[in-house]
Amino acid sequence: MANDPSEKDPASKPPASGAEGKPAAQKPAEPPQVPAAAANPPATPEVPAAKPAAPSATSPTTPAVPGAPAAKPTAPAAPKAAAPPPKEPAIKPLPLDNELVQRLKARFGDAIREATLDRKQAIVTIAVDQLREISRYCRDDEKFDMLVDLTAVDWPKREKRFDVILILYSFAKNERVRLKAHAGESEQVPSVCEIWPAANWLERECYDMFGMVFEGHPKLTRILMPDEWQGYPLRKDYDILKQDTDWVRENLGIESGQ
Amino acid sequence: MSDPRTTELTNVSTTVLGADEIILNMGPQHPSTHGVLRVKLKLDGERVVDSECIIGYLHRGVEKIAEHRSYQQFAPYVDRMDYVAAVSNGLGYCEAVEKLLGTEAPLRARVVRTILTELQRIASHLLWLGTHALDIGALTPVFYCFREREEILKIFEKYCGARLTTHAFRIGGLQYETYDGFEQDVKRFCDDFTHRIDEYETLLTENRIWVGRTKGVGILSAADAIALGVTGPVLRASGVKWDLRTAMPYAAYDLYKFEIPTRETGDTYDRYVVRMEEMRQSRLICLQAIENIPTGPIMARIGKVLKPPPGEVYHSIEAPKGELGYYIVSDGTTQPYRVRVRPPSFINLQAFDKMARGSLVADVVAIIGTIDIVLGEVDR
Repeated sequence: MANDPSEKDPASKPPASGAEGKPAAQKPAEPPQVPAAAANPPATPEVPAAKPAAPSATSPTTPAVPGAPAAKPTAPAAPKAAAPPPKEPAIKPLPLDNELVQRLKARFGDAIREATLDRKQAIVTIAVDQLREISRYCRDDEKFDMLVDLTAVDWPKREKRFDVILILYSFAKNERVRLKAHAGESEQVPSVCEIWPAANWLERECYDMFGMVFEGHPKLTRILMPDEWQGYPLRKDYDILKQDTDWVRENLGIESGQ
Repeated sequence: MSDPRTTELTNVSTTVLGADEIILNMGPQHPSTHGVLRVKLKLDGERVVDSECIIGYLHRGVEKIAEHRSYQQFAPYVDRMDYVAAVSNGLGYCEAVEKLLGTEAPLRARVVRTILTELQRIASHLLWLGTHALDIGALTPVFYCFREREEILKIFEKYCGARLTTHAFRIGGLQYETYDGFEQDVKRFCDDFTHRIDEYETLLTENRIWVGRTKGVGILSAADAIALGVTGPVLRASGVKWDLRTAMPYAAYDLYKFEIPTRETGDTYDRYVVRMEEMRQSRLICLQAIENIPTGPIMARIGKVLKPPPGEVYHSIEAPKGELGYYIVSDGTTQPYRVRVRPPSFINLQAFDKMARGSLVADVVAIIGTIDIVLGEVDR
């Protein structure tokens, strides 16, 4: 699709309305098991209900959801196939080596750790200390002029527990790229506020939710949680029922918010 | 009362600031902040010299909840973010999970989704128009807007039983077939609606008070808008012809022809014009779509237990307020490892400071209205 840098289609520029390239481009994305199951539908009486506009407003609910895909064409009537067949995942990240990655590698060398294509979306893993330089290069030379989103993912078992994710978009190329950097718990992440002002609140939210410190941020304070709150709610070790009991008691005048 | 931030504010205003600047607190309980937005304005006379948005009053931890629900269980939660455009939220989420699964909804489902989402866009814009005009002092449009919005909500109610938090779509397609007379209802609404927009325009477009209150107010240049990540009608009013429906088509938008309205100045009036035109275009999309709703299944074969292969996906749609994105990480289990919502209201609100600086206090109301925020989405 359009997200895929390797499938760049000059015709699919932003202003072009009613682009027609999508259905064709979408086809190869389907995992092999889908056509297999479709070619061999479970022989249950529910099937007709999933057909045209049969206006049975009463209970189209259950029939519309067919059972789990049959494991193999040879076993079509296996209604208990709730457990999906244990086979190699049809979708998995693939190595990516397009022109953008080559240019990045030529310029930043080892700071470009890995480049993958997951579900046709480009992901470039970079060294966190080069984040600002690479971001600046992406904006100025590669024309990724908009920072769509900046967020984080917590992997507590990993040595460097956080992923910092930057989703960039280029109006000129109509494509996205995702920069990803690993950061340790006490490691400072370079702020990209001066490159994309949009990062200001997004980095504050990351700090608020994960406790990541962005070095060079103009005003790194909590944004969604109360200023005095202790703890970082989106960390994996922060239980969903957990709360800052002292804060709740003091400010809400109740024993518990649960 | 005992909010420490309020006391801090009083101290600041008496000790640090000069006598000619005051700090004015607007919200969180204020009729024109559309919810619980608090804006701290630093004023020099009537001029805004600095502003700060204080948000989070409606924070519910939606992203945290997602990690403790299965993929299907989380779907109703997304309706509660932008609760005036629940259908759009649902579309973005369902399509993101479908992408994660490597599947796609059948064509019939995608067409019905497109129709409902466009109706939702009209409903969302109508709510915006009514309240925005009300904020600025035009009392009449809100009644008309709610009248038409009601017709759309009735269609939603007939389709799925709910009016606001609809949960209209399911991962993989639709749960419900369209009801008897769905096409006729949509057609009747669309046929009627074109005259209704004309009515609103006679009330506002050339109204001297409206023009005076909106022209040249809250100007945002295209460069600033892009740097701040602003999307949706706000970006288009600044002259950037960019809409995800055509840039990266999803659902069934590649089947229909429509225009992307843009303006040049990027002021409040331009954003008004862009949204009015968008409603007309949405109406045209609905009319094209009901012309020929393909037959076929409405649900993809995805199984009842969803276990997307490990990996991650980012999918975004053009919600009424801008780019609504979902970044979902799967670890191969039935629950998402991480769901990140890219909320258009949150990111667009960041541009408020840029728009408000140098304007008059009275215009702040117009600027908050023109960004079209929903606090449920800002705070999540």
